[in-house]
Amino acid sequence: MSLKNQDLEQIAYLARINIDKDKFPSLKKELESILELVAKMDSVNTESVVPMSHPLDLSQPLRKDKVTEKDDRKNLQKNAPSIKAGLFMVPKVIEVED
Amino acid sequence: MTELHKLSIKEKLKGLKDSTFSSQELTESYLKRIKKLDNKINSFITVLEERAVRSAKESDQRYTSGSALPLDGIPIAHKDIFCTEGVLTSCGSRMLSNFISPYSSTVVKNFEGSGSVVLGKTNMDEFAMGSSNETSYFGEVKNPWKKDYVPGGSSGGSAACVSAGLASGATGTDTGGSIRQPAALCGLTGIKPTYGRVSRYGMIAFASSLDQGGVLTKSAEDAAYMLKTMSGHDPKDSTSLNVEVPDFVKEIDKEIKGLRVGLPKQFFSMNMPEYVEQSINESLKVFEKLGVKIIDVDLPHIDLSLPIYYVIAPAECSANLSRYDGVKFGYRCEDPKNLEDLYMRTREEGFGTEVKRRILIGTYALSAGYYDAYYLKAQKCRRLVANDFKEAFKSVDLILSPTAPDTSFALGAKTSDPVEMYKQDIFTIPANLAGLPGISVPCGQHQGLPLGLQLVSDNLEESKILRMAHHFQLNTDWHKSWPELD
Repeated sequence: MSLKNQDLEQIAYLARINIDKDKFPSLKKELESILELVAKMDSVNTESVVPMSHPLDLSQPLRKDKVTEKDDRKNLQKNAPSIKAGLFMVPKVIEVED
Repeated sequence: MTELHKLSIKEKLKGLKDSTFSSQELTESYLKRIKKLDNKINSFITVLEERAVRSAKESDQRYTSGSALPLDGIPIAHKDIFCTEGVLTSCGSRMLSNFISPYSSTVVKNFEGSGSVVLGKTNMDEFAMGSSNETSYFGEVKNPWKKDYVPGGSSGGSAACVSAGLASGATGTDTGGSIRQPAALCGLTGIKPTYGRVSRYGMIAFASSLDQGGVLTKSAEDAAYMLKTMSGHDPKDSTSLNVEVPDFVKEIDKEIKGLRVGLPKQFFSMNMPEYVEQSINESLKVFEKLGVKIIDVDLPHIDLSLPIYYVIAPAECSANLSRYDGVKFGYRCEDPKNLEDLYMRTREEGFGTEVKRRILIGTYALSAGYYDAYYLKAQKCRRLVANDFKEAFKSVDLILSPTAPDTSFALGAKTSDPVEMYKQDIFTIPANLAGLPGISVPCGQHQGLPLGLQLVSDNLEESKILRMAHHFQLNTDWHKSWPELD
């Protein structure tokens, strides 16, 4: 399994992690060694095997559609990097023409 | 006075009940040890001195008024992955290095409800990703047995602090061996219960289908006390099991005669150091003397465990860690140019190397065109491993193996080769894939470093593994030795 620089760029963008170009060679090597390890799975035929998504094969329990949490906005927003009038602040996303 | 930190939880509870010492004395003796010794091992991220003394005093009042709780006045520590209201909960990451949790996890609440005293929050590999506790933003943890060696990970701070006598016991989490491997490397007992036995609510998520909370203690008996407190159904965790929790403490004395222990052929045909094999053989003799039958078992797909794990864990981690975007809580980069720059640089600067590596692998495995080849394939292979165990438990009660491939290794020895580091968990990962409970018990030493053996049982049979471990410890002394730190 070999990765191209272009693949790395695409993965990093999908993961929304900026990565310095000079880190590409070592990162590429590490990721390839992990993919090589993982490739061992190809040695078994799993055509008729049912995938296992929960270790005990349980289904999700349902609860009544009722509000259970109290409004705790102030407390929860204490950890926010930037708050204004009770809103989370981020850089402008919509450009407005003057 | 006797060295209080060397008493078992049972002895401490008796001492508190009989007023031989108070919880305040006990707590202060631990705080004193932490102050004196933790700078040598870096096992705590936060020490909660005032809070601990305050709750110790409350415990003492309950003893006086005759309303003592099950673990009243016992000083413990929590891995810094368990959200604790009003306290820094960093998960060992720069990303959460400013996160004061607005609520407490169910595990933390369960211990509060049992009267235990929280001494502090322990160091860990960043987001529980690592097997050496070298990926923490708060610095590496050192093994109390040899200070230029790793304590194992990811619950390395919990392991180091209990091993050094800086807490009666500590909570941990185990996604691929993160309780059992550090327990083995630090000479402790560490149990990961059945998936769903302990609530994951407020336990910062890494790989949700594998993560499970548990404890690290000096002995199986101590572990029984703590596990009893932390287990139980929690409606706030949709994967929490709604089943009765046995009284692990009461069950521990039942005899083990007649139990059948399986040795997986696949594990024992691997190359392992002579002293590891020898420690296992000696331990088997102890079990045989106690009337346990030893049988070979076949786990034909077990060698797929590591590859399966390194698809499923990174895939689930990449999804879970997408929440860290610098908007609602946690770290944010300086002067973002736009929203995308905010995301990209916050995550570049807030996450460490190993975490980024796993997010990237997981993102790749889940991306369009690769999902079937990686994630779906891994889920199918996971079923095969789980079926192997199901089949094996038809003829044996427990499965025994070493916990880790070797004793602890020197700091820095494996940091440059991620796959080499991943192999630390080769014996522990299978239990996580199948959701099974597992324990590590000290079973020997080599050149002053501890060795551990692992016992895995069928689902919900924690009582059986605790009982086996307890009887082993009644007939061996490995769990009684302490590292020299003072």
